[in-house]
Amino acid sequence: MNTFLDFISFRDPNVIYVVLGMLFVNTSSALIGTFAFLRKRALIGDAIAHSLLPGLCLGFLVAGEKNLIFLLIGAFVTGWLSTFAVDIIVNRTKVKQDAAIGIVLSTFFALGIVLLTYIQQNAGGEQAGLDHFLFGQAAAINRSDVWVFGVIVVLIIAVVGIFYRSFVVVCFNPDFARSVGLPVRTIEFLITSMTVLAIASGIQALGVILMSALIITPGAAARLWSHRLPRILLLAVIFSVVSGIGGAYVSYAKAGMPTGPWVVMFLSIIVFLSIMLAPNRGIVSRISRARRNERKILQENILKAYYQYHEKKQTKKLDQLLTIDQILSIRNFDTSDLMKGIKKLKREGFMLQEGTTYALTTPGQKESKRVARLHRLWEQYLLKRTQIDTDHVHSGAEAIEHIITPELEKELEKELGIEGIPDEDY
Amino acid sequence: MKKEVSVEVHNLTATYGGRPVLWDIDFSLPAGQIIGIIGPNGSGKTTLLKAIMGILEPSSGYVKVFDKPLDEVRERVAYVPQRESVDWDFPASVFDVVMMGRYRKSNLLKRTNKADVEIVEKSIEKVGLTEFKNRQISQLSGGQQQRVFIARALAQKADIYLMDEPFVGVDAATESSILSILQEMRKEGKTVLIIHHDLQTVSEYFDYLVLLNTRLVAKGTLQEVLTKENLSNAYGGQLTLLAKVVDIIKKTEFPIREKDVDL
Repeated sequence: MNTFLDFISFRDPNVIYVVLGMLFVNTSSALIGTFAFLRKRALIGDAIAHSLLPGLCLGFLVAGEKNLIFLLIGAFVTGWLSTFAVDIIVNRTKVKQDAAIGIVLSTFFALGIVLLTYIQQNAGGEQAGLDHFLFGQAAAINRSDVWVFGVIVVLIIAVVGIFYRSFVVVCFNPDFARSVGLPVRTIEFLITSMTVLAIASGIQALGVILMSALIITPGAAARLWSHRLPRILLLAVIFSVVSGIGGAYVSYAKAGMPTGPWVVMFLSIIVFLSIMLAPNRGIVSRISRARRNERKILQENILKAYYQYHEKKQTKKLDQLLTIDQILSIRNFDTSDLMKGIKKLKREGFMLQEGTTYALTTPGQKESKRVARLHRLWEQYLLKRTQIDTDHVHSGAEAIEHIITPELEKELEKELGIEGIPDEDY
Repeated sequence: MKKEVSVEVHNLTATYGGRPVLWDIDFSLPAGQIIGIIGPNGSGKTTLLKAIMGILEPSSGYVKVFDKPLDEVRERVAYVPQRESVDWDFPASVFDVVMMGRYRKSNLLKRTNKADVEIVEKSIEKVGLTEFKNRQISQLSGGQQQRVFIARALAQKADIYLMDEPFVGVDAATESSILSILQEMRKEGKTVLIIHHDLQTVSEYFDYLVLLNTRLVAKGTLQEVLTKENLSNAYGGQLTLLAKVVDIIKKTEFPIREKDVDL
């Protein structure tokens, strides 16, 4: 608990740097990553991230120390080379993009590991911590790093803001963008460069292996929650920053814990929750929609059974009290479902109970007639417009009667020229 | 007086992965007509439109629009890509996509102005999608999506419209909406090039035809193009020799044109 208080109260100045660092890095990568995701180039992020390692090592070898600017320049160069290599392989050979990404990613990463091992065996103490670039160590972020990340995030926000329209049109429909004379190549170059920059700024905290998660995942999760791009961008940033700071906290509280994997764990939880809970597309809302439909079908079937019962007895008014067995004689409901349905209908004012018998209220009678009518209108429609045998129309109409909206009902009425409830029942 | 030329294609050759898709295409098209581009699958129809729009770099030859290089007259040309060429799950509304018709190289960094908004709303109205203006494009039917693309082209306020298969997979409402827009364009003296694959409806829709199968097979009025000989040349497998040569070129990576030949 004390570490938590230390963390959120910023008593430790290092915590301020870490939190600011994560805020900047994750904002950068979530913003530009969402565009990469929308361009269906998300996996390129993975190739870029792995390809930064040789560049970092070269940057270190040139500078002779862990100078962030040198490391970033090296990383930026090899990161960029990797996307270039992927494009060349795709354009000049028969190798498809997924395979090209795999080839480039592993080649650059292998080269990086070779260089890293060489440095660890040959350089002195100044190389300590270079291996943190594999899995990330947010605790290593210091004051001057925060400045660099700050400049990068401001740059990326500015570029996204200024070029927003071009980014959107190039991501959605590059052929069209070219047809109106937009400099599509330049815009794509800009998106790629910003992606490389965002990834490069994040490797210290997240590590080359897992950094791609910060490009791909926030946008993918945010897409589940909204159809509006500005909102998706905002959500992606929030998801990413929350996970980033969460991961930084764990690695702060448990010294030696790498940050990258923890950030990705938090991100994964957000993705999981998004898949479950997202409106309309989420699993929970799908299940509840299915439940709602089932309930509606059950209730309308009970109401319709009353109509059928009265029709059999040739009484015009639907006001008879029926026992459960009488209802079951019309339609073979599952008894416990039937009781649940009746309870719901009573609560909604469509049915009333007298002892062990049940009757329809006035609104219930109206509903009952409506359902019967829809069923038979649909039967008539099928018979008129399609080649279907009379012994098959009933089952088709059984499901459709619950779906037909008042507008469709009017159209059916107009097309068939039928008022009231058709007598024929199939 | 000579009739005005809308599009002039000069000796155009385009290859895809070493295989010639368009070969020595050379024609000029009249202005102010509804022109159908027809030909079998894989005959290079889409490639031709893309080459005219400068989306695709031809291996040789050039295109002129209203007697000028495309770059000088881009604002007078609108392009409607195939509906399936984009991901309709992209997070954008009908309004957002139609607004793209107002994008120019010169105004990309600016905000939209009132005049643009007005043009966009009028275009949406013309295709009958006003009530769906703020609807997400993923929630539209195929026909409605096609109308969004048409509205975007209308918002470009162009003189030439190039449409890639606008009638494919659309409902009756969309078809009649597109047809009435075409009538209006004809009245206003606009030129429309439409890629079409349904020979049944060709004579209903078009004034002028271009019949293509890697090479130009025929072009002209309906009577001139729709002859038995032309159609069997394009569709009837009469060009098998041409196809064989194309395959050899691809396999051997043979150059399609000798360097010292004058164009």
